[in-house]
Parts: sequence; C-alpha cells; structure tokens
Amino acid sequence: MSDLDPRDELVTHLPALRAFAISLTRNRATADDMMQDAVLKAWTNMDKFEPGTNMRAWLFTILRNNYYSSRRKLKREVADVDNAFSDTLSVKPEHDGRLQMADFKQALNQLPDEQREALILVGASGFAYEEAAEMCGVATGTIKSRVNRARARLSELLHLEDDEALELTDTATIAVVGSPGLPA
Amino acid sequence: MASKQDPRKARIDDYIDQNLKKVFSELETDEMPDQITDLLSVLRAQDKALQDKK
Repeated sequence: MSDLDPRDELVTHLPALRAFAISLTRNRATADDMMQDAVLKAWTNMDKFEPGTNMRAWLFTILRNNYYSSRRKLKREVADVDNAFSDTLSVKPEHDGRLQMADFKQALNQLPDEQREALILVGASGFAYEEAAEMCGVATGTIKSRVNRARARLSELLHLEDDEALELTDTATIAVVGSPGLPA
Repeated sequence: MASKQDPRKARIDDYIDQNLKKVFSELETDEMPDQITDLLSVLRAQDKALQDKK
C-alpha cells in the first residue's frame, strides 16, 4: 500500500486526525490533548500496526477510544464545548453561504457524540459502514442507524424538509463550496 | 446511502455530506499546534538516539 516508513506515514495522517479530534470533542484544547496522547501511543506501539492495513483507521480508533475512555472518567462531555467548528469561520452577514455553513456547524455541534462521530467517519472521511463499525467497536447496523439518526436530526434542525430551505441552502452551498481556494 | 426510491432524501443526504466534507477539509487545513510538532521532534530525536546507540 505504501513504501513510506510507518512513522513517516503517520505524519501524513495528522491533519485528518486533528480534524477528526476537533469534530469529536468540539473543543480544540481537548482535541489537541487527545491527539497528543494518540500520536504518542501510536508512535510507541508502531510494531502493533499491521502493514498494508489502513493506518488512518488505526489512528482514528486509538484517538476515539482514548476520548471515550477519558470522557467516562471526567464526565464533562457537555461542559467542554467551545464551538470549535466555528473557530475558522469568519462570518460575513452579507454572505448567505457562510451563514448557512455557520448554521450547519451549529447543528452538527448539537448531535450526540456517537451520532456525530458516525456521520463524520462515513460522510466526511469516506470510511465504509463496515470500517466505521470496526473502528467504533459496534455492529454495522448500529453505525447505519447512527448515521441515519444524525442525518434526520440535522435535517430537522436545519429545516431541510422544507422545500424553500433546501433550495436556499443548495444555492448557498454551491456559492461556498465552489469558492476558489477551497479544497474540493 | 439514501434510498433510491426517495430522491428528496437523497438530495438532503447529499447536501449534508457536501457540508460535512467542507467542514472537515476546513479543519484539515488548520495549522498543526506546537504541542504536536514539538512531540514529533522529541519522538524523532529519541528514535535517532536509540539507533545511534546500536
């Protein structure tokens, strides 16, 4: 799959790992702590990584296991939210597209961790349901159910069932997603 | 993903996925925090020290 030294390959996954960490924790400071622990654990346990398997999935699994384990200990899942998704967004009131994205991020923030995680893994990171299920240690049906519930909740929060809402968001999304300089 | 019999749901799911990808790639372009780059430097230095010993 890759001729890179596994430790060099690990570095190439760090931007995605951090995006996943922020998506999961909704707090940049917590995300960075989780990431630090995950990188240290992965680096020192590199002999346990099976070459040819998906390193990104392995790293995400280490991070999310660490997160849920510490969340159980600290019981602070709600108190820590710092609206992390919005940190990189400069909201310009005159720009409908950006406002729509801000609304989307707010809605995403409101999903339960397990639903948001499933949606990010499948919808944003491109993992198959089976892969996401393995990473989360649950049945494939459970991931499908979480993704469906997450989509239904987002649809409800953003009023996407409303004809006009979807028309408006479609136009706005095209305006934002089609902006030059943004990754495809 | 969405049911083929339900184009409206497919459209909503597509809208959600597009936005998810946008949010995720925005986060991916963030600068890596110092605590992570510092950690990588320490780990690489440790590895090198171990290799030099051999």
